[in-house]
Amino acid sequence: MSGHRQTIAVLALVGIAIATYLWLHAIGVIGVLQCGTGGCETVQASSYAQLFGIPVALYGVVGYVALFGISIAGVQPALAARAWPTRWLAAFSGAGFLFTLYLTFLELFVIHALCRWCLASAVVITAIFVTALDGLLRKP
Amino acid sequence: MKRFYLLLGVVAVVAIGFLYYSANQQPGGPSGSRAAAVPVTAQDSAFPGYLLGPDSAPVKVVEFVDYECPICAMFATVQFPTIRDQLIKTGKVQWRLRDYPLPPTTHRWSHLAADAVACASEQGKAWEMVDALFNTHDWALQSSNPTSVFRGLAQGVGINTTTWDACVSADRYAGRIQASLNQGDALGVGGTPTIFIDGNMLKERPTSDLLQHVVDSLIAARSKKKK
Repeated sequence: MSGHRQTIAVLALVGIAIATYLWLHAIGVIGVLQCGTGGCETVQASSYAQLFGIPVALYGVVGYVALFGISIAGVQPALAARAWPTRWLAAFSGAGFLFTLYLTFLELFVIHALCRWCLASAVVITAIFVTALDGLLRKP
Repeated sequence: MKRFYLLLGVVAVVAIGFLYYSANQQPGGPSGSRAAAVPVTAQDSAFPGYLLGPDSAPVKVVEFVDYECPICAMFATVQFPTIRDQLIKTGKVQWRLRDYPLPPTTHRWSHLAADAVACASEQGKAWEMVDALFNTHDWALQSSNPTSVFRGLAQGVGINTTTWDACVSADRYAGRIQASLNQGDALGVGGTPTIFIDGNMLKERPTSDLLQHVVDSLIAARSKKKK
């Protein structure tokens, strides 16, 4: 019944791990930030890695935590039959999907470097968005 | 439902394990020696790099740098001014800048920028050119050839651009740049910036605070030994 919400919860947890890794990397807790060791370093060191002075990856962490929270709430018996968690999941993941498209465009055409962890996050948010849309069509 | 929470638990454990493993990973070694396409003479190999600070400085620091690298630019503009004031100008450290242009597949203008600095060094303006390249780093994000931007920067720091132009277009210091690159590879440099303090590679992220702490500790340890 709320299978799509369970799927989204698992995917969001994976997304939290990826975004947390990128955020910890951006603030220097994980790894040594160097050019030449991979595309992630180039992307993380670019001026586009921050938005309003906050690492972009932190927005990812917050977004995935929100998706995880809504999906976990949505599988509880009291809310399993309600439609709004799925609508919220679709809206949140849709916004995340569009933001990811913009970031991937920057990687490809402006920064000229691809970060495989950013791409992994792009795959996860796309999967969440597709699953949420599927859930919307099927109803809760 | 139990299976769902079990699956969540497994994913959470794997994620935490991954983050823990990543946090304890050491930086990678050399990125692999690139074939020396440019012949290197003994004179090229003997070039010590661009020096800042007195020979009498008790601590010697070597930085392998790529001028197109945004992380090097960040280090040069955020951390290095403090290092220059507190460690180099005070005579504690002699800083040696070595070229380590990364492959053109990801760093298209690195070699050209290294050329620009080498040709500026002919006129005793290497560090002025380095500062200009890092302080005006927008050129690194452009796809067009930045030679004219470099020429403007060279002019701005008082370089005779006629001589500089001839030097850059002849790629006069290709051998010297290649020699520096080879030496970096031999020392295990895998990316930029890579910093060596008295011959030991710094594994942590270079900050002015960290360098100050390391340098002061080295100087204190040596003065203890002398006593």
